[in-house]
Parts: sequence; structure tokens; C-alpha cells
Amino acid sequence: MKQLFKFLAPYRKESILGPLFKLLEASFELLVPMVMKAIIDTGINGGGGRPYIVKMCIVLIALGLIGMLCSFTAQFFAAKAATGFAADVRHALFKHLEGLSFTEIDRIGTSTMITRMTSDVNLLQNGVNLTLRLLLRSPFVVIGAMIMAFMVDFKAALVFAVVIPVLAVIVFGIMLITMPIYKRAQKALDAVLKSTRENLGGIRVIRAFCKEYSETNEFNAKNEALADIQKYVGKISALMNPVTYVVINAAVIVLIYVGALRVESGVLLQGGVVALYNYMSQILVELIKLANMIISLTKAIAGGNRVADVLNEKSTLVNGTLKNGSSGGSVEFKNVTLVYSGSKEASLEDISFEAKPGETIGIIGGTGSGKSSLVHLIPRFYDAASGSVTVDGTDVREYDVNALRDKIGIVMQKAVLFKGSIRDNIRWGKPNASDDEIKEAIAAAQASEVINDKEGGLDYELEQGGKNLSGGQRQRMTIARALVKKPEILILDDSASALDFATDAALRKAIRDMDNAPTTFIVSQRAASVMYADKIIVLDDGRMAGIGTHDELLDSCDIYSEIYYSQFPKEVRG
Amino acid sequence: MKSNKETIKKVWKYIEKYRFQLILSIVLAGFTVALTLYVPILAGRSIDCIVGKGRVDFAGIFGILRTIAIVIVLTAVLQWIMNAVNNRITYNVIRDMREAAFEKIQKLPLSYIDSHPYGETVSRVIADVDQFADGLLMGFTQFFTGAVTILGTLIFMIMLHWQITIVVLLITPLSLVVANFIAKKTHSMFRLQSETRGEQTGLIDEIIGNLKVVRAYSHEDEALRDFDEVNERLRKCSLRATFFSSLTNPGTRFVNNVMYAVVGLTGAFVALSGGLTVGALTSFLSYANQYTKPFNEISGVITELQNALTCAARVIELIEEEPQIPDAPDAERIENADGNVELEKVYFSYTKDKPLIEDFNLSVKKGQRIAIVGPTGCGKTTLINLLMRFYDADSGIIRVDGKDIMHVTRESLRRSYGMVLQDTWLKAGTIRENIVMGKPDATDDEVRAAAIESHAHSFIRRLPDGYDTVIGEDGGSLSQGQKQLLCIARVMLCLPPMLILDEATSSIDTRTEIKIQEAFGRMMEGRTSFIVAHRLSTIREADVILVMKDGHIIEQGNHDELIKQNGFYAELYNSQWKR
Repeated sequence: MKQLFKFLAPYRKESILGPLFKLLEASFELLVPMVMKAIIDTGINGGGGRPYIVKMCIVLIALGLIGMLCSFTAQFFAAKAATGFAADVRHALFKHLEGLSFTEIDRIGTSTMITRMTSDVNLLQNGVNLTLRLLLRSPFVVIGAMIMAFMVDFKAALVFAVVIPVLAVIVFGIMLITMPIYKRAQKALDAVLKSTRENLGGIRVIRAFCKEYSETNEFNAKNEALADIQKYVGKISALMNPVTYVVINAAVIVLIYVGALRVESGVLLQGGVVALYNYMSQILVELIKLANMIISLTKAIAGGNRVADVLNEKSTLVNGTLKNGSSGGSVEFKNVTLVYSGSKEASLEDISFEAKPGETIGIIGGTGSGKSSLVHLIPRFYDAASGSVTVDGTDVREYDVNALRDKIGIVMQKAVLFKGSIRDNIRWGKPNASDDEIKEAIAAAQASEVINDKEGGLDYELEQGGKNLSGGQRQRMTIARALVKKPEILILDDSASALDFATDAALRKAIRDMDNAPTTFIVSQRAASVMYADKIIVLDDGRMAGIGTHDELLDSCDIYSEIYYSQFPKEVRG
Repeated sequence: MKSNKETIKKVWKYIEKYRFQLILSIVLAGFTVALTLYVPILAGRSIDCIVGKGRVDFAGIFGILRTIAIVIVLTAVLQWIMNAVNNRITYNVIRDMREAAFEKIQKLPLSYIDSHPYGETVSRVIADVDQFADGLLMGFTQFFTGAVTILGTLIFMIMLHWQITIVVLLITPLSLVVANFIAKKTHSMFRLQSETRGEQTGLIDEIIGNLKVVRAYSHEDEALRDFDEVNERLRKCSLRATFFSSLTNPGTRFVNNVMYAVVGLTGAFVALSGGLTVGALTSFLSYANQYTKPFNEISGVITELQNALTCAARVIELIEEEPQIPDAPDAERIENADGNVELEKVYFSYTKDKPLIEDFNLSVKKGQRIAIVGPTGCGKTTLINLLMRFYDADSGIIRVDGKDIMHVTRESLRRSYGMVLQDTWLKAGTIRENIVMGKPDATDDEVRAAAIESHAHSFIRRLPDGYDTVIGEDGGSLSQGQKQLLCIARVMLCLPPMLILDEATSSIDTRTEIKIQEAFGRMMEGRTSFIVAHRLSTIREADVILVMKDGHIIEQGNHDELIKQNGFYAELYNSQWKR
């Protein structure tokens, strides 16, 4: 939470001036009962007469006018600091999240990250705004009123000295009690959010299984739980106002009684009692404000803590420094073992192989055999637990991550595109790519028909997630995005699964025919996709069950031949 | 402002349900305020008992102070009940709204969901409703008490001295004018802020949701640049909205101060001529303060309500979104369908200007296997959208067992199909919950049997809690293949008369696949099956192969027939042997 304060630093001037002007305004407000006391004691009871009263009333209006101007200034500084602060926090969060390694992304989960960036930061913004405007003002008025009371009459004002600490205890006590409950409420809200997201994503399956009704029931249960917590915490924090009200008015009773004694003994005038009474009222008003503000602040602090938690997530990836190593695209694995964080068992064990520049390496194996994990080690999405992965003779951990990833084009299993034109999307691979380069990459990815068919060609605007393309079209676009880079190493992570055989074959040929053909890793379930590779690695449960060419493996590796013959029944081979 | 009225009307429908609690709240507000207002009068009277040295009426003071004590305790209790009731109403109302919004999501046509970013819809259900709740609560706790306070003080003031009351009445409208002026000016600012916020949430959803791709392409800087652009716009419009709306308070407070001074002036004049005691003047000043304070608060609340209404409007917009055409009242149910499916002259397109499926005819007999093949994007998924009635055909008729599916309940139609989609989807929950989706009352043995048949059992068994293992959002840590096995187990369990398998086995290793194919074979026996497949073995065993291109069926027949035709299919088939 503390580190969030540094985001206020650029707004130091505003954060100091805002409350300062507020205090100035409050000081003028504190003078009002004194002026009224003068009106009563000197004007009415003391024979000051009408001219004196008129003079004092003009003073009252002047105090109000200056107060308003101070307040305007304060509001401006507060708003500027709060909105600037929130924008900076969002920027920092976004940047921080972007910098996290895959391990952290897996652990935190995207919906959590999104709530942190949106509703939590909004809570924070309101909190800062309120704090700058009111947090100092209310206690200032409370203490100021007390000091003024002491100036009116020392003994009677002792009542204030007793009451204010009691109130402070009540206010903070309720705050301490409600804080953890608000945290629970936020968790319940998270559950509701998750449910909503999940249902939007899975709408087809839900409808196919006619689960609308039961999903709605499930949502309602979570929604109900949220409402219950909110009502419960509401009940407790609703105590704040009545309790403070009782304490303050009890004080008023004592005050009037003490006042009466003091007047009787001739120390105090009637106007003095009125002033004391007015100060007590001012304190009541401020405390109610303070109580309401504390509710908002509790929420803001809870939100701030959650934001801080995310900011505290350190990327477990330690960046290297090498920016310009040798090129070529050779890859070597030496006794590599991979253990995902939070998992006890190794996902890859003792993997060793070598890929020379320009070679094609096929990787085949069962579900969960570690195919994707293997290729994810090359761009350093994860780090090996032991052993080493080297690219062009240098350990990947020595590279600057961006320099390493620049050498590599990867096409992931899930075809993800972004809102923007086709051109913008392909340029992810190479920011300054010309239209010719883009078209060339698209052609190699067998997707020319997409830009020919779509209105505007490269200018065709994709919706979020590329939803206005079919799955196959999306997949080929992501391939084009990797190819436009002219990478030294190309990784196709089961990315031809939505392509038919003909397209798949044409794609592989296009890659082979590229100038400076990249070292290519093809992860696939289909023997047809890998059978012509220079080397095929067969994975079984995280271990290498075989490595070699198609013909070698067919003879020597049972798992490989089993896979192959299941897909190509002997009689079809002709 | 007119749109505001409509929103209020619609919001009222949600509040109406709790009108008894609302009435209770109003009654309580009345009592609380009346009692609160009574205190200054009592205090004033007690001050009149303290005129000066030797002129203090202690007996009178004691009596009055005792009354004050009773009044404040009563006030506190009533106030607490009122606040609790208000809380209850607010959170019930927003619960109802979220419920309605969620129910609507379940009824929306898929075209809506496909064309709206999830983040935006989520932000309506979560953030907008939250903002609305804050506004509503403020409205209840401050608007009512405020209104009652104004009325109450007015009455008490008239009782004290009606001439000064008129002075007060003349000045107060100023306060309203100020508040109204600011509210009007800020309305559009809040709207802009809300829209910009939505835009930013959409961007966050897209980038953060696909962070791995962003990382893989070192696209962080560009994404951050885009983000900063929206962020900067949000900062600016947020500053404007926040600042201008916060002017209300100081503005109205100044009007109050003027009022206080004027009441002090006239009151003191009247007191000089003996028309008012000092105690009564004190009470009066107290009232003048309390009379205007609600105006401040109400104007603050109005800006908040303004904001809340904008949010409510966004939620209501979602709730009122046109739902899919409901089932006809006389819709039949399909029970134990035989599985004869006919498509006759079906036309369909997602957007009017781009016809996708044109004059599509197909007749499938009970128990046949239909393999749909063709280049990507040829309309295979669209066909499934139509069969399941995720989308309705523009024209033409689709029949199941001779019944037009437009005249059949969606629920019974969809229950007749078992579907495994290419995009596996699992919900957060236990493995068992995911498998029993199609048959909630399945016994443990049935679940196990289905899992064994779909070869999911062996990996489920190895999970820490077996079938009770909780998996996270979208399958969490399961591999793509394991997710797919679960989806297959799900269908295996309920075994409807017709099957739709879309790329069903694309991420499952071939060793498991052989076994699944066997299980599928058994499952498909006597069941009409539509299989979108790339696997030759699947295609070769099909009764009918539909070769699709650009939404049309260009070839139709079994494997041997199509090879003989030597057309598009033959070309596709042979291409896989090319290097």
C-alpha cells in the first residue's frame, strides 16, 4: 500500500496546496460562531445596537466569500491530483502486468488483473480525491472547534476534551471491524465477475447443454452471497452515525449544564453558551462527514492493497544483457528439465538435442507429453530447472529477452488477433513492414484469399480477438504475423490444427522456400505434418522416446510407428 | 434530461418491489428528522434559562435536559433502523438488476454476444451496477432525510417566527439554481467519462487477456502506447467531470453563509426589539443551517445520482436488449429423436451484404454419419450454428424428424444433440461438475463409466482430488487435450440421439484418439452424426461427405464416389501426400 504514495509525488504541489486551501476555508468557518457570540453578547445583550450587528453580518458574508474561493481552488488541486494519480497508477499497472513472466500470468489469472486495473483503481481515485479534500479538513475542524471552545471558557470546554477521544475510538473501532468485511465483499464481487465472464465465453456450450437455467441459479447464488455480505456490513457501518449522534448530544446536555453553572458563577455570558453549543454542532456535522468518508476510504484502502499486491508481484524472470549475439538460428538443449512453479512433478525431463540452422524439427507426442513446454523454453517463456537451452551458442538466460524473442517467430496454439486492421496485426511481427512484405508473409501463410475477399484488404478492420475471421483464417493470420518477421527460428506450436491437409502442406513448402529458411520447430499431433522433418522428436510423458528421421523412427520407435499407422492405415499408403 | 426520466421510470420498476420497506424508510426518516429538529428547540429553551448571573433556572434546565436525553436515544435507534433498511433496499435492488442482466445474457441472440467485447458487457454487469448502487444508497440516505429535513425545519421555523422564515425562503432558491446549473453542465462530462472508461476496459481486456501473445511478440511498448492514449483521454475527461461536479458544494455553502448572516441580522434586530429571545434566535440559526445543509447534500447527491443514472442506463440498455425470438407458444418438443435431418433451400448470412450460405439442401437419414470437409472458412461452423439454432436461417427450412425446428423448443432441439466444439470450454468447478453438465443427476458410477470410455479417467485419477479436483477458469492448468477429453466425457455421459463433433479430437494424441474413435464408433451407432473433421480415417468411414466451399456444398457422396469424380475432394485428398 505504501508504495502507492510515490504515485502522488508528481502531484506533490497539488496534494499540499489542495488540503491547505481546504484548511484555510475551514478556519473561516470556525470563526463564524465567534462572530455570532459577539452579535449576541455585544450586539443584543451588551447594547452594541444595530450598526454593530450590521457590521458583524458583513463580516460573516465576507468570511463565506473567501471560504468559497479557497474551496474552489482546493477542489481543483484535489481533482487534478486524484485523476492524475489514477492515470499514473493505471499506466504503471499496465506496464507492470506486461512485464510479468508467464509463470506469474498463469498464477494471477486475467480476470483478477482486469478488476485491479478498472474498479480497484476507480476506488483509489475516489479515495485520493476524498482524502485531499476532506481527510485533513474534518479533524482540523474538530480540533479547531475544540480550541475555540477553550478560548470561550476553559472549564466548560473540558467536556470537548472528553468527548472527542471517545468519538475517535468509536469511529476507528467501527472502521477496524468493517475493513475485513469489505474485503470479503470484494471477493464475492470477484466471484460474480468471474461467473459473468465465464458465461459469455462459454455461451455456446451452455446453450448446447441447455444449462441456461442452472447457470442462472449458480450466478444467483453468488449474487445473493454478495448481497448478503453487503447488507451485513451495511448494518454495522450504519451504527456509526447514530452512535456518534448520541455521544455528541450527550455532550451537549453536559455542556449546557456546565454552561449554566458557569453563567451562574458569572464567568460566562449567554452568548458564550451559544458559541459552545454551536461548536459542538459543528463537530457533529464534521464527524458525520468523516464517518461517511471513512466508509469510502476503507473501500479505497482495500482496493489500494489489492493494486499494491499486483504491483508487488515480481517477475521471476531475470533479464540478461546480450543484445547482439551471433545469428543463424541454431538451438541446443542439454539435459533440460522443466518444473512449473506450484507443480511437484517435472513436465520435461532430461531433454537433449541439437537443431542446426535451417533444419526442420518435428515434435510429436501425446497430450500432456510436454511438446508445448519444450518449445516454450526457446523464447524463454519459462526457465529450465536444470540443464541449459542455447540459441546460437549462447545460453538463453544471457540474452536480453526482447533481443532473444526478436530472433524467434512463434505461432501459438490459440490463434489470437487484436482489434485493428489486418496490416496492424501483421505488423506485430515487424513494426515497419511494408505492404509488400506483409502480403508476401500472408501469401506464405496461405491466407491471400482472406485479404482478397475482405473489403479493404489489408485495411480490413478486425474486431476484438479477430472474431470476424473464422478460426482457420485467424490461425493463418497468426502464422503470417510470425513469418513477416523473417525469424531465424520459427515455432509452430500445433498451429496447423485448424488447417486442412492441403493448406498445411502448402504452408510447410512455403516456409522451406523462404530466403534464409528459418530453423523450424513444428509441434503437431499429425504425423503428416512432421514426417518430412529433418529430425523428429517423439515425446512421451515429458521424456524423449525417440529422435531421428521418419524412416529411422518407423523402424526403431514403437510410439512413433503406432502414431503413424493409426493415421495412415497401411492399405491407403498404396 | 428526458432520457433521465425514462431511466428513473425503469429503475423504479426494480425498487417498486421493495415499496413497503421504502415506505418504512420514509416513515422512519420523518420521525428521525422531526426528533432531530426538536433538539435545537429544546436547546434554545434551555439557553433561555441561562440569561445571566443569578438568573439561571436550574429546575427548568433539568427538565429540558431530561427530555433531550430521551429524544436523542430514540432518534439514534430509529436512525439505525432506517439506515439498515436503506442498505437492504439498495443491495436487494442491485442484486435484482444483476440477476436480470445475467438472465438476459442467457437469452441474448449469439449475434449480440459475438459482436460485443466481453469486457464491455462484464463492465456493465459489475462496475456500472456498483456505481449505481453507490448513487442509490446516497440517494436513499441523504435524499429522503434531506427532503424531510427541509420540510420539517420550515414548519419549526414558521412556528418560531414566520417573518424571518420568509427571508430564508427568499434566499434558498439561489442554492438550487447553483446546484442545478452545475448538474446540467456536468451531465455530458460524466457520460464521456463513462464511455471512455468502457473503451479502456475493452482495451485492457484484449491486451491483458492475451498477455502471452503480447509478450511473445515483444509488443509491450506499442500496447502501452495505445493504452496511454486512452488513459490520457480518460484522465482529462475524468478531471473535468470531477472538478466541475465538486464545485457544487462550495457554491451552495456560500449561499448558506449568506443566509446565515441575513438570518443573524434580521433575528438580532427582532431580538433587540424583544420579539425573539436569544435562545429562540439560537434555535433559529440552527434551523437556518439545517434547512440549507440538505440543499448542499442534495445537490451533491444529484451529481452522484446523475452519474449513477448514466450507469443504470447502461445496465438497463443491456437488460432491454432484444432477446432471441422466444419459442413459439405452440412449439413442440422433440423427444427421443430418430435423427432424420433435412435442410431445404437454406439461406444465411451474418451480415446482410455478405451472403454466406445460399440455397443449401441436405437430407440426412437416421444414423448416418456426415463428414463435413473443406478449406477453412468454408462455412462448416456456420452449419453447426444453424443446426443448433445458435443462429436462425434467413430463409429456408431445417427439419428434425420432419418437424421444422423453428416450431420446436430450443431446449428440446439442443438436448437432441451432443456437441463437442473446437474451442473447449470448461467452467470453474470440479471435474465432476463439468462432466455432468448434460445429465445433472448422473451417479458416480455413470460419471466414471463415461470418463473411462472417453479415456479421461486415467488422467483424472492422477489429479490430486480425482473427480473432485477443482479446476480454475477455462480449465485452468489442464492441457488442451485433457480439456478436450473432458468435453468428450461430457457428451459420452448423456448420449443424445444426434452428435455434432467439431474438430473434436484435434488436440488429442493419436494413441488416445484410436481408443476414442472406437468409443465414438460405438456412440455413433444408430445416431446421426455431423463431424467436422480433417482426419482421413473419420472422413473415409462417413456415409456422406459434404465438401463445402464458400458456403455451398460443392460435392456430396461417399469417399469412393468422390475420388472417382476426381473433383475438389480428390484434389484435397491427394494433396496430403505431396511434400
